[in-house]
Amino acid sequence: MKIIKKESLTQDSGVRVTKIEVSSPDIAAKAKAGQFVVLMVQEDGERVPLTIVDSDPKKGSVTLIFQEAGLTTKLLGRLSVGDFLYALVGPLGHATEIKNYGKVILVGGGVGIAEIYPVAKALKNAGNHITSILGARTKDLLILEGDLKKACDQVFVTTDDGSYGRKGFVTDVLKELLTESLQLKAYSLVYAVGPIPMMKRVAMVSKDFNVRAVVSLNAIMVDGTGMCGCCRVTVDGKTKFSCVDGPEFDAHSVDWDELTKRNRVYEEKEKHLCNLYKVS
Amino acid sequence: MRKEPVKVKENDPAARSSSFDEVALGYTEEEALQEASRCIQCKNPTCIGGCPVGINIKKFIFHITEKDYKTAYFTIRQKNDFPSICGRVCPAEYQCRRACVLSKKDLPYASKEAINIHFLERFTGDYGMNNKLEVPSQKQEKFSKAKIAVVGSGPAGICCAGELARQGAKVVVFEGLQKPGGVLRYGIPPFRLPRNILDYEIDYLKKMGVEFIPNFIIGKTKTLDELFKSGFNAIFLGLGAGIPSFLGIKGENLCNIYSANEFLTRINLMSAYKFPKAHTPVNIGKHILVVGGGNTAMDAARAALRLQKMQGITADTTIIYRRTEVEMPARRLEIEHAKEEGVKFRFLVQPVEFTGNEAGFVQKMKALECKLGEPDSSGRRRPIAIEGSEFEIDCDLAVIAVGLKANEILTKVTPTLKTDKYGDLTVNPETMETSIQGVFAGGDIVGGEGTVIEAMGMAKKASKAIADHILKL
Repeated sequence: MKIIKKESLTQDSGVRVTKIEVSSPDIAAKAKAGQFVVLMVQEDGERVPLTIVDSDPKKGSVTLIFQEAGLTTKLLGRLSVGDFLYALVGPLGHATEIKNYGKVILVGGGVGIAEIYPVAKALKNAGNHITSILGARTKDLLILEGDLKKACDQVFVTTDDGSYGRKGFVTDVLKELLTESLQLKAYSLVYAVGPIPMMKRVAMVSKDFNVRAVVSLNAIMVDGTGMCGCCRVTVDGKTKFSCVDGPEFDAHSVDWDELTKRNRVYEEKEKHLCNLYKVS
Repeated sequence: MRKEPVKVKENDPAARSSSFDEVALGYTEEEALQEASRCIQCKNPTCIGGCPVGINIKKFIFHITEKDYKTAYFTIRQKNDFPSICGRVCPAEYQCRRACVLSKKDLPYASKEAINIHFLERFTGDYGMNNKLEVPSQKQEKFSKAKIAVVGSGPAGICCAGELARQGAKVVVFEGLQKPGGVLRYGIPPFRLPRNILDYEIDYLKKMGVEFIPNFIIGKTKTLDELFKSGFNAIFLGLGAGIPSFLGIKGENLCNIYSANEFLTRINLMSAYKFPKAHTPVNIGKHILVVGGGNTAMDAARAALRLQKMQGITADTTIIYRRTEVEMPARRLEIEHAKEEGVKFRFLVQPVEFTGNEAGFVQKMKALECKLGEPDSSGRRRPIAIEGSEFEIDCDLAVIAVGLKANEILTKVTPTLKTDKYGDLTVNPETMETSIQGVFAGGDIVGGEGTVIEAMGMAKKASKAIADHILKL
């Protein structure tokens, strides 16, 4: 649980995204693309889930990438190499189903780019042709572009303000790609991770083209092992727990409005905490 | 003339319900002596048969009357390693006290005339704790090379760990959460089981050589096969009943509708009642409904009411139950405590739907009135919803406490581990051995939800079989 490496990926425009490598041989030996850990920074802290971005069984470490949002991620960002996490447990959730789908489009928005990276590598290894669409608000907030270029056959970048790549949304590119391949039915899977509005739009676009889409959800969790039901989400009209039934679900079946609302349930308390502890 | 039962002193309801301090203060020495003297020392004590671990109740109470608390303590410890815990959380009125000859038999639980065995157990356990009494080690050479993995650190796990460590085996307990204790830590609130008591009992095991590894999920971090390969000779599974059940009604995923597990885990394990000093939040409403009639529902309601008071909200927490008070499975003491503290009860009510506002937060619960029909398979009269009786209750926060199902994290990745139709583990009832040789189980993962002491009873039985198993290796 010792932090053995730390790297700031971006800290522009008040957005801080950090990459840490944490020593955890047991988790590293087991982690598969799509799985996550739950960590605690300190004894009276919160339990938060983070996707495992990379794992090195030989070195016995896992890599996590997080954007500072609430108090816990801000406190995590203040830890240095040599510091220990209070708790780290995993790997949790189902791994991504890795097989040869043919041509796959991966869509990552913001810090979600970090989460598509392990999936890109695993799918590539399984012989897939991978196209990635990376979205960021602005150029300085784009992360892991180089890593994804190495892992993918093709990479598109969009920025909201047009400061890099194409101006616009990831779904603009997605729509074009799917339109081009309409006759050929070239793409058999879209995989997306990012802010809920982005994933929701990816779901809509892919549904229009009748292409299967999988999303990895970021519901609020406590234990992460199915014990509490905090992360429940409605999929195809049925209640599922993101932690043990997911975190990946069929994008076309997720009740996005419910998820959006449930993820805001502690918004005010979180702001209060950050103000109180004077972390920004 | 028979002496009156000695009531245990309790913190004043008004004051205690604004804090998470312990409610029942326990007997003083004088009170314990007085209560113990009520025991008529039956020739054939029926109470012992009512105890899932068979504590020699008659004998320990006798030693109390002799003021030989040390022998009383060791008498309990022969059968139960956690008297201070069980003396606080055992539903004694359904077990030993119900079997007490002094109890009237017309109710499904003990009448007040029954000896307050649990308070005497607590007195004795606390005496042992305060005087640092230690059960002499019974380490046996034949177990010195045995290595046992215990999965889960709840009542079953710690009981099994204690039994085997005392005999000299090396025991490692794997716990998924960050602290040991299982349901004793995440489920039972500090006002029923103060954390220093739980910590003491766990430290006691550590002193006996038991190793606790938190943040470790068997089935995820390591498999059963890997445990065997890494040198463990036997495994005990005390996984607990992991997954909360919901009502399955419309609107149940609205914001501020919690499972009791989540609500209590936030409060008990994550200390949300100390927010913002502790960072995990829990929301609190003006009109809180808790659905269910068991101990978990009582715990959730009493915790909710405390948080209302601590936040300066007029207390309004109501338990919603489909049957009537007499059918409630909760401990009678918890029901009484809840009432004293101001928790309201609405019986014969069946929730039908939750409705909410634009932002997705719950606002009201629609429900039907019920009447009681014929007894069902549980022996309790079945609630029957009355058609056309629908009504609405204000509800800006709800806690669903209607039971648990088996967690499948381990069983899903271990196909050779046989389960029943509920997902609970199938075991040999004589040995508690599962379908995998050398893997034993006990507690809620066997046969569904039970009490702390029932889990311990199964764990004890398993520990004997594990000892036999090791000697055969």
